[in-house]
Amino acid sequence: MTWDWEFTGKIVPDLLDGLVVTVQATLLGYVLALVLGLAVALARRVPVLGTAVFAVMEFIRCTPLLVQLVFVFYLAPSYVSAFTVGVAVLGVHYAAYTAEVYRSGIEGVPPGQWEACRALSLPAHRTWGAVVLPQAVRKVIPALGNYLIAMFKDTPLLFAITVGELMYQASRIGGVHFRYLEAMTLVGLFFLLVSVPSAIIIRQLERRYAAV
Amino acid sequence: MDFFIDRLPLYLSGAGTTLVITLLGAALAFVLAMVVGLLGTLRNLAARAVATCYTETFRGVAALVLMYWMAFAIPQLTPYEIDPVFAAVLALGLNVGAYGAEVVRAAVNAVPPTQIEATVALNMSWWRRTWAVVLPQAWAQMLPTFGNLVIELMKATAIVSLIGVADLTRIAQEQRAATGDTIAAFAGALVVYFVLAQLLIIGMRLLERRANRRLGRLPASDSGLWSLLRPPPVTAAGGGR
Repeated sequence: MTWDWEFTGKIVPDLLDGLVVTVQATLLGYVLALVLGLAVALARRVPVLGTAVFAVMEFIRCTPLLVQLVFVFYLAPSYVSAFTVGVAVLGVHYAAYTAEVYRSGIEGVPPGQWEACRALSLPAHRTWGAVVLPQAVRKVIPALGNYLIAMFKDTPLLFAITVGELMYQASRIGGVHFRYLEAMTLVGLFFLLVSVPSAIIIRQLERRYAAV
Repeated sequence: MDFFIDRLPLYLSGAGTTLVITLLGAALAFVLAMVVGLLGTLRNLAARAVATCYTETFRGVAALVLMYWMAFAIPQLTPYEIDPVFAAVLALGLNVGAYGAEVVRAAVNAVPPTQIEATVALNMSWWRRTWAVVLPQAWAQMLPTFGNLVIELMKATAIVSLIGVADLTRIAQEQRAATGDTIAAFAGALVVYFVLAQLLIIGMRLLERRANRRLGRLPASDSGLWSLLRPPPVTAAGGGR
């Protein structure tokens, strides 16, 4: 068998539907990872809670995303959709990574800034909100951006829990028509079409914020 | 707990498969990373173009998609069937190799220029310069990142369960289907994965320590659960608590 262009044209709309779901899951999961990651990074600075949070995050980082997805999918009550489970697990998994990024950013804020806050006797929320976090977050934007691409590339795993994303559509088409070549190749191309431009944009961001 | 102890041999055989795929994939990724990474540091434009094409392509495509393509599209294009384990090793190795190549490139470029000038002054060949001067220094720099990549690779091997390889994840899913006990079946697998990762971290730490001792610089990175056992390093931001 060789490449069939007519068949390729027929399956593109279905695959585009899948691509939309993939992008939605990535973006929602990413927002969750950004917010939760910051919360974890801050919680890690509290004495006892911090150690517990560290142990949990270490466990999440050291076990495969696929197993976590399937595990939570089977545990979740039936009214929770597979998409919700997928987004939640993706978000929590990547929060374990973004938390480390935030932490390095917070530790990178020069000690003089902390001392200045104390000298001005700023309250804690002003110290964090107006001085430390704006500097810490700006510095780690490129590193956070890389996780967006990493996450995008992990969304095909959601197909294991029957979320109708790109990989699910391709696998379904392959199974129905006994032709995997066209669908799988298109999935690969779609991934390149999204992730290469995003990588270029993130590199631009990096260049822009590198001088800060 | 009894559930898991009864099925320990099953889980261990699954973990064995996971480990074999990890080691083969890591070996392939390492060779690719070294070759492509060094190509990327050459002056030759064609060599750099090849390196960039490779890294951009395989960093951009998900390993799962690559694996499916190899397992299902290649048999359709050619008369050959591809063994699922082989497809998995190839997909993961190509994918992780692309990340590794960037690590090698960055580490080689970070070797101080005076070192290169010294090799030029001594009239060393490219081979000798790379082997005796550049790589030993770049090695200590790239080891911690390589270690993280190997752990990422180990976790990524879970995807081979989707094309029917009896790895740890597959065993857990089969046990869940057979007994209906979701929590026990998956908790067992998660714990085994966690132990494997911690063992890999300890192994990488020992390698790192050796490389650093030889160079007499760079402290080993602090990662893994066991870093809880030692006092945290004093950081500049500590004063803001």
